[in-house]
Amino acid sequence: MMALWLIIVLFVGGLLAWASELADARAPRVVALLSLLLALLLVVVMYATGAPQPDSPGAQWFILEKWEWIPRFSIFLQIGVDGLSLLLLLLTTFLGLIALAAAWHEIQQRCGFFYFNLLWTLAGVVGVFIALDLFLFFFFWEIMLIPMYLIIAIWGHEDRAYAATKFFIFTQAAGLVLLLAILAMAWLHMEQIGRFSFDYFELGNLIVETPLQRVLMLGFFIGFATKLPSFPLHSWLPDAHSQAPTAGSVLLAGLLLKTGAYGLIRFTVPLFPDAAADFAPVAMALGAISILYCAKLAFAQTDLKRLIAYTSVSHMGFVTLGIFAWNIQGLQGAFMTIMAHGLSAAALFMIAGGLQLRFHTRDIYVMGGLWAVLPGMAAMALFFSVAALGMPGLGNFVGEFLALIGAFQTHVWITVAAALGLILAAVYSLWVIQRVFHGTVSPVMAAAGRVPDLSRLEWIAYAAMAAGLVWMGVHPQSFLEFTEPVLGLLLEASR
Amino acid sequence: MTADQLLLLLPMILVALTTVVTMLAISIRRSHVTSCLITALGLLLALLSLIIVQPLGAQEVTPLLLVDDFKLYFTALILGSSLAITLLSYPYMANLEDHQDEFYLLIGIATLGGLVMAGSAHFITAFVGIEILSVALYGMIAYPLHRSLAAQYPMEASIKYLVLSAMSSAFFLFGVALLYAQTGTLHFQDISPEFGLIEAEGASAAYFVLAALMVMAGFAFKLSLAPFHLWTPDVYEGAPLPATTFLATVGKIAMAALLMRFMSVSRLMDSAAIMTALMLISALSILVGNLLALRQTNLKRLLSYSSIAHMGYLMIAMLVVDTGAQSMGAEATGFYLTAYVVMTLGAFGVMIVVSDSAHERDHIGHYQGLFWRSPWLALVFTAMLLSLAGIPLTIGFIGKFYVFAAGVEGAQWFLLASMVVGSAIGLFYYLRIVYGMLLPADSAADPAGSLPSIDQDPLPEIGLRNLLPHAVLFLLLAALVIPGVVPGGLMELLRSVMAGLS
Repeated sequence: MMALWLIIVLFVGGLLAWASELADARAPRVVALLSLLLALLLVVVMYATGAPQPDSPGAQWFILEKWEWIPRFSIFLQIGVDGLSLLLLLLTTFLGLIALAAAWHEIQQRCGFFYFNLLWTLAGVVGVFIALDLFLFFFFWEIMLIPMYLIIAIWGHEDRAYAATKFFIFTQAAGLVLLLAILAMAWLHMEQIGRFSFDYFELGNLIVETPLQRVLMLGFFIGFATKLPSFPLHSWLPDAHSQAPTAGSVLLAGLLLKTGAYGLIRFTVPLFPDAAADFAPVAMALGAISILYCAKLAFAQTDLKRLIAYTSVSHMGFVTLGIFAWNIQGLQGAFMTIMAHGLSAAALFMIAGGLQLRFHTRDIYVMGGLWAVLPGMAAMALFFSVAALGMPGLGNFVGEFLALIGAFQTHVWITVAAALGLILAAVYSLWVIQRVFHGTVSPVMAAAGRVPDLSRLEWIAYAAMAAGLVWMGVHPQSFLEFTEPVLGLLLEASR
Repeated sequence: MTADQLLLLLPMILVALTTVVTMLAISIRRSHVTSCLITALGLLLALLSLIIVQPLGAQEVTPLLLVDDFKLYFTALILGSSLAITLLSYPYMANLEDHQDEFYLLIGIATLGGLVMAGSAHFITAFVGIEILSVALYGMIAYPLHRSLAAQYPMEASIKYLVLSAMSSAFFLFGVALLYAQTGTLHFQDISPEFGLIEAEGASAAYFVLAALMVMAGFAFKLSLAPFHLWTPDVYEGAPLPATTFLATVGKIAMAALLMRFMSVSRLMDSAAIMTALMLISALSILVGNLLALRQTNLKRLLSYSSIAHMGYLMIAMLVVDTGAQSMGAEATGFYLTAYVVMTLGAFGVMIVVSDSAHERDHIGHYQGLFWRSPWLALVFTAMLLSLAGIPLTIGFIGKFYVFAAGVEGAQWFLLASMVVGSAIGLFYYLRIVYGMLLPADSAADPAGSLPSIDQDPLPEIGLRNLLPHAVLFLLLAALVIPGVVPGGLMELLRSVMAGLS
């Protein structure tokens, strides 16, 4: 029940936050804070008390529950939490609090509705991470889109209509392809076993002929690679990121992209191992192209948020690379990248958002010399840029390094090309720091007069994320040992 | 005819009585409230009479009418829609500078036509039903002819509908005559391509296909499937909103039910040529409807194009109606039609509630900032639009899922691909409306300045007069969300209803 409570807390918290606006304009954020803290508490309790149930498949599921939902199609409310899901739930609730901190002062209008959307997006993400019925999974997959659309469309920046619509159409169209593939699987089950099934474990046992497997795998891949995103399906992301409010960017970069990666790990490869193995060179090449091409594009941007958005696509390339290498190092690397990038990208977007709030611009060329004006923020920007470019000792390094090790074992030349991305990452990261924070104070920045440095709330948020990255960097084993049995089992099952 | 059989016809008899009573009441003393109440009450009674009729079991009442669960389900759907439209019409019609009463009379007659269509398994009743519905609709579309301000072109719309509808009836009748010449029967169940092959060799197969295609053209016209859709946007736009709503819901359900019965009972789909033609019609409707809706700024036109696309989706499920005992096609068709009716009624219902006969709010700019002006109406409208777009938590999503499942079963990959593309395009225009509602209410609604500013143009207050329409919207919202979250009950119902088909 605990996992279900997690979703209920967020859904109900959202409704309460909206309703509480009637009492006071500042009430919604308090309600949101309380329900997020409660959710975090639930996850921590799961983390602390949970132990894998020996009778669950593979003896690795902490929680595994099933209720009837739509009998006509044998659809169940089936949820499960294993080590992989649990860490992602931790990331979700943690970043939910970070997003709340980002929104705390920035969102001034229609607060109730904003926090409603924030919590419902999180509820959708939580649902995605724990659903084991493919219909339920798709249900949550779509649920999280609408509140995200609303966040961009209502509280976004100047070009929000275009960005929000593009975001929605891309992900929804890809989602329909995914739905078709899921339905085809359920129908195959009907043909082979005599009844429909959307059950993850039952579908895993289906025997699918290779040509059909290829088509279905491609359907899943398109659905997830659009969300990840991977080249050539990435073009919605820079628009959505640059127009979203800071909290929206935090959710998008920190969580929504990760649902795509999760889908690839949990569903695409395990359900279609042969087809995925055939497709691996293409997918890995796409990953490498994402890394290099988007790093190059990032370097050409003048809009700070757009730049960070392209770096996100670039870093997600390592995730594709690691997953399709399909060995333990690659998968662990992909997973660590998911976690670490969730924190570093969220922090960088908060910095960009903080700069915009203070100077009303995102243009790198009118910024300059901010180290003198905002020493605290500059230090944080340096820390998280260095983390993002893969400095040893921080989480991102562990992830990307492991992903490259994994990929090197299967496709040497693709890995060699992809590794060049690390150099490009250093180039654009340091270039941004130099442009924005070093040198003399630019006239526009000077004209803004005295602006406040980091507030106490911002300090707490940045410190928490920095601590997380350091922890991942110096003691990755505490995460890896959680996911290793899960990933090992996935590998074994698909051999 | 036995008393039992008369009892089976009770809903139709009650609707017919309602029209007679309404007419008599009008001739005694004209009163808008009375006419509306009599019609609403009659429709409600007819709806309730289903409780008595349902346990009697399926029976043929003369060879012309077949009363089974299938008919009763669609009877309920039609009566429910008519009742909703009757209640929604009252505040809309209240300000008309003309007699309002006959509009309700026309609603009653048209509903009767729809009920006949839902129960016919014979070309004669089918044609009679179609004509009763259509003739009443001509009147409804042209209804506000004498008013000073309102609908710009009710007459044009009505004449257009009259002429094209007559032409489609001619096609339909010609096709029926050819089928009759071939098979010697007007019963749906005896229509089969093999008849032609056995009776006469050679040219007769082509002859049969031609006849069947003419009948199908008649159906496609009424369902506004491309390429027979050209009348749709103009008629939707020109007609007063309640008539548009009636045309878009009852008109479509009755025709779709008839087509479904025809396709499942006859063995038309055995012919590859007809199958191919219908597939093309379906794909074309999806693409044409969605593409032409993209840049519309008039919501009536936009929804008319979107209805073309939705009928295209419906055809995907309809094509699978006949593929086997376990077939999901019939259920999917039934479910999608139900979903379509709920969301169309809801979307038009919101428009009717904020409009009246002197001033229709049918421009996308009228709805700018609705979220902040009237959160309740905006919530309903958004829910309906998202459902039309097929987003979860709504009945539209489950409907789309069902159609997908039926399409996968029938291996209609080409059509499913069109549906994916069409749905993606469709999102754009539905979201455009939703986005407009989210904009601040105070910024200029229309750059050209042709729309009045928001201060001079307040929304109607919720009062005694439009309390019932708001209640109808509430029920529709419930009918949208509840089957969207727990669709099991409706699925089981449709499964038992459709089991009796074919």
